[in-house]
Amino acid sequence: MNLRSIHTLWIAAVLVVLPFLFEDFTVFQINLMLVYAIAVLGLNVLTGYGGQISLGHGAFYAIGAYTAAVLMEHAQMSAYMTLPIAGLISLVAGILVGFPALRLAGHYLALATFALAMAIPQLLKYDSFEHYTGGVQGLVLMKPEVPFEFELFGQELNDDRWLYYFILLVGTFIFWVCSNLMKGRIGRAIMAIREQPIAAGALGINLAAVKTMTFGLSAAITGIAGALGAVTVAYVAPDSFLAFLSISILVGAVVGGLGTIWGALFGAAFIQFIPNVADEISKSAPWAVYGAILIALIYVAPGGVMGLLRKLKKGDTA
Amino acid sequence: MKIKFALASVAVGAALALSSTAALAAKNAPGVTDTEIKIGNHMPYSGPASAYGAIGQAFTAYFKYVNDNGGVNGRKINFISLDDGYSPPKTVEQVRKMVEQEKVALIFGGLGTPTNSAVHKYLNSKKVPMLFVQTGATKWGDPKGHPWTMGWQPNYQAEGKIYASHILETNPNAKIGVLYQNDDYGKDYLKGLEDGLGAKKSMIVAAASYETSDPSIDNQMVALKAAGANTFFNVTTPKFAAQAIKKAAEMGWKPTHYLNSVSSSAGSVMIPAGAENCIGCITSAYLMDPTDPQWESNKGFQEYKAWLAKYMPDANIKNNLYVTGYAHAITMMQVLKQAGNDLSRANIMKQAANLDMEVGVLMPGIKVKTSPTDFYPVENKQLARWTGKSWELFGPIYGPK
Repeated sequence: MNLRSIHTLWIAAVLVVLPFLFEDFTVFQINLMLVYAIAVLGLNVLTGYGGQISLGHGAFYAIGAYTAAVLMEHAQMSAYMTLPIAGLISLVAGILVGFPALRLAGHYLALATFALAMAIPQLLKYDSFEHYTGGVQGLVLMKPEVPFEFELFGQELNDDRWLYYFILLVGTFIFWVCSNLMKGRIGRAIMAIREQPIAAGALGINLAAVKTMTFGLSAAITGIAGALGAVTVAYVAPDSFLAFLSISILVGAVVGGLGTIWGALFGAAFIQFIPNVADEISKSAPWAVYGAILIALIYVAPGGVMGLLRKLKKGDTA
Repeated sequence: MKIKFALASVAVGAALALSSTAALAAKNAPGVTDTEIKIGNHMPYSGPASAYGAIGQAFTAYFKYVNDNGGVNGRKINFISLDDGYSPPKTVEQVRKMVEQEKVALIFGGLGTPTNSAVHKYLNSKKVPMLFVQTGATKWGDPKGHPWTMGWQPNYQAEGKIYASHILETNPNAKIGVLYQNDDYGKDYLKGLEDGLGAKKSMIVAAASYETSDPSIDNQMVALKAAGANTFFNVTTPKFAAQAIKKAAEMGWKPTHYLNSVSSSAGSVMIPAGAENCIGCITSAYLMDPTDPQWESNKGFQEYKAWLAKYMPDANIKNNLYVTGYAHAITMMQVLKQAGNDLSRANIMKQAANLDMEVGVLMPGIKVKTSPTDFYPVENKQLARWTGKSWELFGPIYGPK
């Protein structure tokens, strides 16, 4: 057995035992962090690898969340089954947004997607859908039931811990797919377009198709995260998906390191836990503290956490 | 023999009584010690509804006042108030943190309809009291379905019913036109009016709705006038309320105008709409308006002012949110006082459902009253008429009690 697979085994063992080392509430927080990690990864595919800035990924997260919620509430579908459908609907939404966005570059794309983020809470309140979406009141969901009883370290396998394994499984799969995709031909095409669109076109890459598909893939991943988020919180409402969510996802992508796969985990940890830290430090201006931490981090690690780690590994102090 | 038996039964009775109190005391809620009661709360200190954060500041200040005066039955209040930014997922996280990590005895005075909806089921399934939530939706008073949740303020349906009673009393042949916002809030009011009118529901000759995204409600106003309405029930938020008042004046339409209390603010509605445009308009109120000079001589209000001056010296006395916070906190303290030394969650809830009290800043004659089947603490209101300068209270106290 080589060193690498021993490492992998160790990490796997820790991940399996992890939820039993913490109390319920912390497991819930870890679940949310994993969900955000998937959402951040989705945006990273588009922004980090594809070079297209989106300030509207909260909208795809919301679409995924509502797809899961509506299917569970009105079609009595199990939470697990809603994920592929949420992914598919977000994929279509992403392509629909991505196609016209082809003509918009850089800042203009950022603004166009931001409009989407602003619009989504109001659309979710829209009257004609109210029967399905629950309007302003939103929908209260049932968490999936734990299929068997189990106990470890005196902690029972409750719905939070069960959900942890489910999210971990889905997350691992998505990270694995993205990692392979980005290392391969498609990933190279996506990055070539980011670096030199004209050269990429000259090499025979279909710019429109690749860009649109990148948008769709990115939206689908974030949509799946949204569906998982809805199940974790067990509640959806339009006010859960305000424009700030989109900005948080972008913050996560930048903090973790744009154009990296595993950076999403660090970025998610940042957007999940730093607001709480800031709230502990100052009750009157928590977001000012958050801003200060963010600026400090970007100053110390301009390439995000992954950039910093890479630097440390190389022993490069420049 | 007889005496012996009597003595024995007394002894057994006493022993039973002792053991039962001991058993009860052992079941105190988490967060309760001999010296402290831990109470949790979620508030939008940041985000779109951060103005309401003032209520949370008032809570904190009031509990400080309670602690400075010896606490409740010898226990100090340890008040934990966390920011949820008016975002439901954050509310879930913060409330779970307070219940599972901080181990609070109960959640008190959380603000907002979507935020409270997000933890409604969770708190009820964990049997944690969710007391005096701050939202006017009707669903918070459901002792059967959600026995661990209770609202506080008069709900929108109750207010709609009050206007219906007044219309039936003063103008039984009125033709009512309703303008309402097309969401839960607007529909709750409309339902209250319809329920209040009962068999005479047909008095409503027209009901027009608008969306919050509509630029103006001029068309709806024209339609209501054209339908021949001589009584106007205005269920709108401040911006639209001001537009409706202006439009009615422009059209020369002079119905008896009932304005929902959501938009009765002198500063943000009545004066911008043209103070003289709505003379005679009717609204309803239950808390003392801190800008109204008539309360200056009221004992309850003077106590409030003294408390505010001492515990929130920088606060703007005109902000009625401090009045709201003060009134909620007083109610909370009464529940804990009544619970005495049995601070189990069940008893806290039982006491909350057994209130009959006056609160200094509630208008005279309006009480906080609950029962095991009535989870709506404040349901009464008094009507007020706009004089062109301020609201003048008139008539009896309306409502069920």
